[in-house]
Amino acid sequence: MSNHFTLDGVTVPFTTGQTIMDAALKAGIYIPHLCHNPEFKPHGSCRLCTVNVNGRNVAACTTPAAEGLEIENETHEITTQRRLLLKLLFVEGNHVCPACEKSGACQLQAVAYHCGMLAPEFVHFYPKRAVDASHPETIIDFNRCILCELCVRASHDIDKKSVFTISGRGIHSHLTINSPSGKLGDSDFTASDKAARVCPVGAILPKHKGYNKPIGKRLYDQAPISQVGDVAQHQEATDE
Amino acid sequence: MMDDDAQQTELGMSNLAGKEPFNLLQGLIALQHKHHYIPSDELERLAAASGISETHITSVIDFYGFLHTMPHGEYEILFSDNITDQMQGSHLLADLLSKGLGVAIGTTREDLRVSLDYTSCIGMGDQSPAALINGQTITRLTPSRIDQIIQLIESSTPLQQWPEELFVVDGKAQRKAIVLDTEYTSAAAIQACLDKGAEAVFNQLEQAGLRGGGGAGFSTASKWRLCASAAAEKRFVVCNADEGEPGTFKDRFLLQSHADRLIEGMTLCAAAIGANSGFIYLRGEYRYLLESLQSALDQRRNKCLLGDAILGHNDFNFDITIHLGAGAYICGEESALIESLEGKRGIPRSRPPFPVTQGYNGLPTVVNNVETFCNAAMIIQQGPEWYRQVGTPASPGTKLLSISGDCDHPGIYEFPFGTTITEILSCCGAHQTMAVQVGGAAGRLVSKSEFNRTIAFEDIPTGGSFIIFNQSRELLRAIENFTQFFQHESCGFCTPCRVGTSLLVKQLNKVMVGHATTKDLEEMSILSSLMKKTSHCGLGQTAANPILDGLGKFPKLFQSRLRATSFEPAFDLDASLEEARQLTGRDDPNAHLEGGGV
Repeated sequence: MSNHFTLDGVTVPFTTGQTIMDAALKAGIYIPHLCHNPEFKPHGSCRLCTVNVNGRNVAACTTPAAEGLEIENETHEITTQRRLLLKLLFVEGNHVCPACEKSGACQLQAVAYHCGMLAPEFVHFYPKRAVDASHPETIIDFNRCILCELCVRASHDIDKKSVFTISGRGIHSHLTINSPSGKLGDSDFTASDKAARVCPVGAILPKHKGYNKPIGKRLYDQAPISQVGDVAQHQEATDE
Repeated sequence: MMDDDAQQTELGMSNLAGKEPFNLLQGLIALQHKHHYIPSDELERLAAASGISETHITSVIDFYGFLHTMPHGEYEILFSDNITDQMQGSHLLADLLSKGLGVAIGTTREDLRVSLDYTSCIGMGDQSPAALINGQTITRLTPSRIDQIIQLIESSTPLQQWPEELFVVDGKAQRKAIVLDTEYTSAAAIQACLDKGAEAVFNQLEQAGLRGGGGAGFSTASKWRLCASAAAEKRFVVCNADEGEPGTFKDRFLLQSHADRLIEGMTLCAAAIGANSGFIYLRGEYRYLLESLQSALDQRRNKCLLGDAILGHNDFNFDITIHLGAGAYICGEESALIESLEGKRGIPRSRPPFPVTQGYNGLPTVVNNVETFCNAAMIIQQGPEWYRQVGTPASPGTKLLSISGDCDHPGIYEFPFGTTITEILSCCGAHQTMAVQVGGAAGRLVSKSEFNRTIAFEDIPTGGSFIIFNQSRELLRAIENFTQFFQHESCGFCTPCRVGTSLLVKQLNKVMVGHATTKDLEEMSILSSLMKKTSHCGLGQTAANPILDGLGKFPKLFQSRLRATSFEPAFDLDASLEEARQLTGRDDPNAHLEGGGV
C-alpha cells in the first residue's frame, strides 16, 4: 500500500495532490499555522508550519506530500523555531492580549501558548498603525494585522470584491482597503462577506458584539488549539 | 540619448492602445519617467483605462523603489549606496551636493527642482562613486564633478545637454579567458540548432557542463530540457538582467559590450525549446543601456535573426521585448522576476511548480542569467570540448568576476573556475588584503586564512561579485551596509525575513554604538539561523550571511565593542530624555541620567 509518509514517527496516508498540511489535518494531526486555512489556496508566508522533511526545512502548507517522506513536526528544534517566529510577529505589531477583544479566541495567542512562548523578548517595534471604525458593522484594528492575507484571499476568491490588498514592501508592508477614501466604510465590504470571518487574530472584528462571550469561556479557554483547530471554522459554525 | 516621448511610446502608454497586452508596471515606469512621480490624475486615468483599481495600482507603486506617488524633483538624484561607493567617499560627495543645492538627503527641494537620496548598489563598483540622475548613470564622481552638477541643475540645463563625459560607463574587460577571447560569429549557434536539432543542443550543453551564471548553478541543459518537455502551447525565454547583487556588474558589461551574444543565446534557447516570445528584464538602474539594446534587437531583426521566419525558416518566429525593473532587488529571484514581468509586485512564488513548467502567465519559461545565455551561444558555436578545456570537473569553463574595492585595477575579469582567491587578488593588484566578500551581500565573507580556496560551485560559488577589503577597512561597516541593504530589499512576504531583517539592523546598531552585550550577540546568531532555516526564498535565507560570517570569522570586531554587563537595554535612556529636556528648556545635571541611565 503506497501513499504514506511519517510525521513524528506516525504513519499518515495521503492522496495525490495533497500537501503535507492537507494530509496532516485530515489525519487529525496539528501542525501549527496562521496563514493557512484549508478553504483557500496555500500561502506559505507565516512560516509557522515549517517542518523538517528528510533534513530540509519546508512549509507544510505548500509542500506536496510524497511517498516515504520522514517529517519532523513537534521536535524541540522546530518548536523553538516556531516560538521565535511567533516572537517576531508579536514585536512587529502591537499585540496587547489583556486589552484585546479577541483574547481567548485568537489563533496567534493560542499558537503561542501551544509553542510555550512566555514573552516576546525581542525589541518591540511599536509601529504607528490606525484603527478603522468607519464601517457600521465591522472594525479593523491594523495594530493586530499579521499580514496572513486570508482576508485578501477571501475577498478576492470568494466574495469577488477584492476589498483588501497588501501594499508597500518589506517591513513597510501593510493591508490597504480598496475604496476612494481607503476606509472600510467606503468600500463594498459587508459583514456577511467571507472576508469578515477569516481573520485568525483580532484585526477584523464585528461591531456591537464586544465581550458577548466572557473571557474564560472562549474557544481556546476551553481547549488548546491543537485539539480544536482554527478559530474561523468555529466562528462560521456559531454564525450559522 | 533617446528622447522622453520615444521612451513613453516604447515602454508604457502605447500598450493601452493595444500594441501589446497592457502591462501595469511598464505603464507606471513610463509615467514616473515623464512626471518624476505618478500624479493622482494619471493614476485615475490609468485605473479607468485598465480596469485595475487605484488601490491595487498604488500597492504596485509602493513596492518599487523608483516609483513615487508624491512629487519629486525635476532632477532626481540617487547616490549608489553600496559599501564600495562608501569606500570611495560617496557619503562626503552626497553631503557636498546636498549642501550645494540646499536639499537634505532623502528629500525634495521646495521649488521641486531637485530630489536627493541614496539607492541600493547601481552596478558601477569599478567606476564608483556613482549616481543615477533621472535614471541615467553618472560615474566616477569627484568634488569637481559635484560642483559641475550643481551648476547644471541651478541653470536648469536639460539632461540631454549635460556634458557626455559625465555619463561614460567603461565597457572594457581587464582580463579575458576563453569565452571573451574567442571570436563570436553571429547566427552560428542558431544555425547549428536549426541544422542539428534541439536534442543536439541540449546534449552539447550537457557535455559542456554549463551551469547557471547567476550563482545558483543549476544545469542549463536540464532547465532547457524540462521546459521543452513541459506540455504547453506556448513557451517563453526570459533573460534575467536584473543584476542587483551588491558589487556585481559583469552583466552590465555583457549587455553593453556583447549584446549580440546574449540575443543569440536567447534565440538559440527559443529555437531549442520552441518559444516565440522572450523578454529581457533589465534592471531600472541600467536604463542607460535601453537604447543600445533596442538597437541591437533592431539590427538582428533587419538581418532576419529575430522576428518572423528567422534564417528563412518559416516555422521559426521569435522576438524579444525589453521590460524595465524599478528598483527592487528581489526581482532578481526568478519567480519574483516573473511576477514583475506580469506587472505585479515582485513577491517570490511558492515552488514547486517551477518556472520551467509554470512561469510567465503560467506557461513554461526558461529564466537564465545574461552570462548563461552568452556562454550557451559560444558553446554551441565552439563545441563542448572547447568550454571544458578550462575549469574543474564539477565547474567547467570560466566565470566573469566583477572586482571592486581595494585594488589597483577594479573591473571585469574572466577566470577559469578553480582559480584561487590569491591568484585573483594578485591579478587585480590587491595589497594587504584583509578579507574578500565573494558573491555580494548574499555571498560569503572570506578571511585571509581561506585565500587558497577557489571560485567554483563546489568551493566558493558566486554570481560574480568580488569585493576586496584591505587591512585599513572597518569590516563591521560592510556588514552593517549589507544588513541594511537586506532590510531595505526584503519583499515583506514571509515573517522571518520581513521582521528578521529589521531586527538584525537594530541589533547590529546596538553593537555599533557600543551598547551590546554577549547576550545580544547570541540573540543575533539565533535570529540569523532562524532566517536561514525558515525564510520563503533565497533573500531571507542569505540575508544574515554577513552577520553569521562576521561572528564566525571576525568575532573580535563584535566583541571589542561589547559592554561588560550581562544585559543592556536596546536604547540609551539618557538620550531618550532629550526631547523632554528641550521641551522644558533644561540641561542641568539633574535633567541627565549618569552613564546613559545604566
